Amino acid sequence: MSVLVLLGSIELGIIYAIMALGVFVSFRTLNMPDLSVDGSFVLGAAVSAVMSLNGHPFLGLGIAFIAGCGAGSITALLHTKLKIQPLLAGILTMLALYSLNLKVMSGRANIPLINKATVFKPFEGIILGGYDYSKLLFSLAVLTLLLLLLLLFLKTRLGFVLRATGDNDQMVRALGVNTDLVILVGLALSNGLVAVAGALIAQSQSFVDVGMGIGMVVIGLASVIIGEVVFGVSSLLRRLIAVILGSILYRLIIAFALDIGMPPTDLKLVSAVIVALAMSMPILKKRFL
Amino acid sequence: MLRVESLSKTFGKGSTNEKLALNEINLSLQEGEFVTIIGGNGAGKSTLLNCISGVYEIDEGRIILDSKDVTSDPEYKRSRHIGRVFQDPLKGTAHDMTIEENLAIAFAKGKPVGLQSGVTKKDTTLFKERLELLDLGLENRIRQKVGLLSGGQRQALTLLMATIIKPRLLLLDEHTAALDPTIARKVLSLTRKLVSEEKLCTLMITHNMKASLEYGTRTIMMHGGKIMMDLQGEEREDMTVDRLIEQFEKRSGAELDNDRMLLS
Repeated sequence: MSVLVLLGSIELGIIYAIMALGVFVSFRTLNMPDLSVDGSFVLGAAVSAVMSLNGHPFLGLGIAFIAGCGAGSITALLHTKLKIQPLLAGILTMLALYSLNLKVMSGRANIPLINKATVFKPFEGIILGGYDYSKLLFSLAVLTLLLLLLLLFLKTRLGFVLRATGDNDQMVRALGVNTDLVILVGLALSNGLVAVAGALIAQSQSFVDVGMGIGMVVIGLASVIIGEVVFGVSSLLRRLIAVILGSILYRLIIAFALDIGMPPTDLKLVSAVIVALAMSMPILKKRFL
Repeated sequence: MLRVESLSKTFGKGSTNEKLALNEINLSLQEGEFVTIIGGNGAGKSTLLNCISGVYEIDEGRIILDSKDVTSDPEYKRSRHIGRVFQDPLKGTAHDMTIEENLAIAFAKGKPVGLQSGVTKKDTTLFKERLELLDLGLENRIRQKVGLLSGGQRQALTLLMATIIKPRLLLLDEHTAALDPTIARKVLSLTRKLVSEEKLCTLMITHNMKASLEYGTRTIMMHGGKIMMDLQGEEREDMTVDRLIEQFEKRSGAELDNDRMLLS
């Protein structure tokens, strides 16, 4: 594996880590596998692309976050108010978003952003050894900021209640808090982060495709689980950093798979196998060790 | 203080498993009353508590707390005035969070939930003081996850959480039934201490006939979704476990076949 491929994987891992943090919020803190991620990722990318076309790439990141929050809120309302199972609620939102994303993209299935203003443009030219570090560094800055904000948030009273709701919602209600509202906040935040990741990916590859979100939730889960297994879960900060490292490790695994000659079309199969293996780890350990 | 008026609840209405769980229950509690509830399996004890706390929607009747009709209030709203401890020690705490964080959520009851700091230094000092009351050494383990505690320790913690903001009403649903006898006694005496110190209006379900007379100021016996007996004052003071069982069999027309109730 060349250094350039390695750096490219780390760069992707950093951007996708933002999505993985979002998945962590729904999957681990709320204990709710939220499939709307596949749709909100593209929503963020589409919104950001349209904003870039109009010359506002940075504002686009903010709007992408808000749009993602909106998508997550819909899933939450379907689940809490209409009592639809969380998995199905997520699938419904994901499906609806497919049409909505096409609308955002004015009916086109893809938007190229070549030679348009992107969030990375102003930083371009930090070249060392033939690699342009601008994307990596800017993404790392965004990731670090979001990590700190998320960590601070999870230590607020609302953050406590959010974590407790995933742990034991009965207790939270018994202590006088409306868990429906907590789930709304959690899923909004989760999908907001996912949408920001989608936006950064769109900016980074200068391209948006309406199908780019397929399997994103699985990649997010893989990152969360790989991170937990490899880097541990002792404290909250450690868990969040583990998710980030899990995302980077996942990209390195994928790069390795490509390096040994696996066709790119097989990658989703690889992702699915990785998640299945990681999630069945406790059972496999018991049986075979 | 608490008034339950002709409260009825049927499960599985219209299905073949239809079961009338509560049949026109009337119950009135005075300020500071500590009521123990006994009765066999399926008598409706837990259902009554769950209807009062808003876990179940009721079919008919009214629930009045502090002269306010709360019948249509959702569970979380009623919870601001009601403290609860469940039979299952896992139900009352968040196992993946620390003792301190659990107490902080309980301490935030009725306060706005936003972006305030989850727990302040002042809170920690107060939590440690309260934990010392339990005499379980938990004050030194405040940063440990609740999942590491034993069932008894978790129940004691839940009791503390239910009362750290003084509730208008405390509901205890066989909160010592899942504990071993030594710890159960400890949690019960802690219950008595907290209830009498704070003069809490309390409803406690117990399967232990002896405890039902020993603790509290009033005892009610339920059977088939009805209150069969309501003991207070002198009548209660003169009551013995044997006579209580005899009365139960006479009034309910059923043999007490519940070993758990008799033996413990």
